[in-house]
Amino acid sequence: MTLLVAKVGACLIAAFLAIFWALMAADSAFAIQMGIVAAAALIAAWAMARTADYRAMSGLAPPAGPGTGYDDNLIRFGVIATMFWGLAGFLAGLYIALQLAFPALNLGLEYTTFGRLRPLHTSAVIFAFGGNALIATSFWVVQRTCRARLAFPSLARFVFWGYQLFIVLAATGYLLGITEGKEYAEPEWYVDIWLTIVWVSYLAVYLGTIVRRREPHIYVANWFYLGFILTVAMLHLVNNLSLPVSIFGSKSYAAFAGVQDALTQWWYGHNAVGFFLTAGFLGMMYYFVPKQAEKPVYSYRLSIVHFWSLIFLYIWAGPHHLQYTALPDWAQTLGMVFSIMLWMPSWGGMINGLMTLSGAWDKIRTDPIIRMMVLALAFYGMSTFEGPMMSIKTVNALSHYTDWTIGHVHSGALGWNGMITFACVYFMVPRLWGRSRLYSQRMVNWHFWLATLGIVLYASAMWVAGIMQGLMWREYGADGYLVYAFSDVVAAMKPYYLIRATGGGLYLLGALIMAWNMFQTIRGKLRDEAPMSDAPYDPALDKPLQPVAAA
Amino acid sequence: MSYDALRHAADSWGLLCLTILFLFAVWRALRPSARADQEAASLIPLDDEGPRA
Amino acid sequence: MASKLLDHGKIERNVTLLLVLALITVAIGGIVEIAPLFWIDSTVEKVKGMRPYTPLELAGRNIYIREGCYNCHSQMIRPFRDEVERYGHYSLSAESMYDHPFQWGSKRTGPDLARVGGRYSDEWHVQHLVDPRSVVPESIMPPYAFLKSRPLVLPAIRDHLVALRRVGVPYGDADLDAALDDLKAQADPEADTRDLVARYPKAQARDFDGDPKTLTEMDALVAYLQMLGTLVDTRAAEPMEQPR
Repeated sequence: MTLLVAKVGACLIAAFLAIFWALMAADSAFAIQMGIVAAAALIAAWAMARTADYRAMSGLAPPAGPGTGYDDNLIRFGVIATMFWGLAGFLAGLYIALQLAFPALNLGLEYTTFGRLRPLHTSAVIFAFGGNALIATSFWVVQRTCRARLAFPSLARFVFWGYQLFIVLAATGYLLGITEGKEYAEPEWYVDIWLTIVWVSYLAVYLGTIVRRREPHIYVANWFYLGFILTVAMLHLVNNLSLPVSIFGSKSYAAFAGVQDALTQWWYGHNAVGFFLTAGFLGMMYYFVPKQAEKPVYSYRLSIVHFWSLIFLYIWAGPHHLQYTALPDWAQTLGMVFSIMLWMPSWGGMINGLMTLSGAWDKIRTDPIIRMMVLALAFYGMSTFEGPMMSIKTVNALSHYTDWTIGHVHSGALGWNGMITFACVYFMVPRLWGRSRLYSQRMVNWHFWLATLGIVLYASAMWVAGIMQGLMWREYGADGYLVYAFSDVVAAMKPYYLIRATGGGLYLLGALIMAWNMFQTIRGKLRDEAPMSDAPYDPALDKPLQPVAAA
Repeated sequence: MSYDALRHAADSWGLLCLTILFLFAVWRALRPSARADQEAASLIPLDDEGPRA
Repeated sequence: MASKLLDHGKIERNVTLLLVLALITVAIGGIVEIAPLFWIDSTVEKVKGMRPYTPLELAGRNIYIREGCYNCHSQMIRPFRDEVERYGHYSLSAESMYDHPFQWGSKRTGPDLARVGGRYSDEWHVQHLVDPRSVVPESIMPPYAFLKSRPLVLPAIRDHLVALRRVGVPYGDADLDAALDDLKAQADPEADTRDLVARYPKAQARDFDGDPKTLTEMDALVAYLQMLGTLVDTRAAEPMEQPR
């Protein structure tokens, strides 16, 4: 009882403080953000007071014994949040893609310009969709591979809901014009501090669960998740060092300037890809692919080598985002060399994942979830080949600043991160809600093909557009003058922007089908449909041949 | 600590230490006596019927 | 000790050891790569002409960041013939030495802006920001008409300069004390700006948005755009450079 009073009291104090901060705010945007914090604290207090088990507290009911199953309630919220933020992020992406083709869609409002919506899109897909997928799957994986329930259940709940508050604060902040102006690290100082608290709690829950494990070994997926949690904490802390103008205002100035700030930012930016979008998602791969294939991973020792070489090499590759800039040459070359070396562990990991299916290749035909995993791994392999190639200085001279980069990012994000997340969610949903199977396998199949077609349209349009853009910018005529004005190149991009938006639309459509499938599965419905694959059988023909009657 | 000293560290003993650490990690993964442990560990995901008491 | 460390399964079983090894591994890369830049003298070669932003330019820069201009515009000209011809002399590291944060950008949906200062008239900028397609029909830039009607209210501009001084920008005491006056004076054609220009060489003082009566966000943004790349005389720097 006292614990409950303390928790609710803490929430109320937090709400009170947030209202005070809102009243003292130096700018109106900051006041709105603090208002959101106050509302979140009040909702948390109300939810805790409402759901508390008062009978147990008063001693009238025997306290519930330790649960028999895993602590999965949070993961149920997690997969729903993953789906929700995924749809929001894909929709924002489609909208800004259309803005590039039809600038009237900026609507003339400050809140809906491309400049403010683009961080909303990137953060929604990376941190909201990807982040929730990582938190949900990591809580699933760590419990099952450690054969133990989550450590610190209350803290785990704080991690999940605190992370949602981080997302809401970041997203509303972008619309209000609150940004640090560093790509993928846009949230301002107070949101950064909040995320740090949430993230350290996440590390505590994760480590605590591993310490309580009932298995002698720490399964390799946990290594990847731990590497991800730890490194992201380090990157986040260093890159977001900044000095607020006032503790009652949203604006802060970065601690570093110019070339130092640039290198710190891309050390962060590249490793956000390397550890958030790669190491963490490889954790998913190393658990869910063997699980769905019902076979152990192809080579466990390769997975260990994969882990160490990946984290050894990735951390150096950041400067390849700054080729030919004012960054010193040695740092550029270092970034390029390590990026190329990174190709090897990446492909080692891909081969390890794919070969897990050896002896069960038929499942690609019969099991759409396996097929999604295979496609995710194929895109992982493709974008980890493309990335090192683009880091080579001569290639980068052409590709940098163009839409080729955008295409590369999306073949990784839509193909690898998106597909592996969908597959994992499809795997978890029936098990989380105790259903015998998904509502519909055939809808998974539809989702697979829509998403695949969407990615192909997206990536190929951006490759062509990016290379065209790079070549047009540097095209010289026989007279020795540049051939194209910048605006000519902008005009030439339009058809590709339209194809890209179509691809994004198909991808979103696939995700909508998934949301419906998930919703029906949770409701406990089973779609009446023919199975995905069955050898043809006709009972009329299933009998011995009759002797031909003598004529 | 000057730039030259750091640069020297980075491309001499610093690089050597990192490489040795990495080779050590790889050797640990690949040595034959680790095989039994690895095979046990690789089966963990396939055996997770519930938390152990 | 050694045999204990080599004990099989030690790393796999000991989560602390795993954590420490992983942290060492990922920390070293960052330290070796980034730390030298903070000691190195040759990273940022001193060039003549660099000075901190005036309060008005700083306010404009903050609007540039707020609107997310860096999502589509770079401020980093690479040393290639076509870029130098299109945008001007390649960017020097010193030119962003007071940029907290840097705004080099990573994408050119629109053109590079590192040396856009002085290339177009104030009227062109205002017209272009209000309705981009009225001056560049192919443009896909969002309109920023609201900047023109929004007064620039920054009573705490001194605090901004103080924060920047704390992170290393060399604002003097006189700059701090005059911050609010400087902010207003730079866009006021009536004001005496000799002191401002003396403390901030090459500062351009005039009405920027075509409305001398009110200080608007448009004044600040155009003042910022018009000073981009104008501080350093790159022609004077050229003879000292070695060919690449």
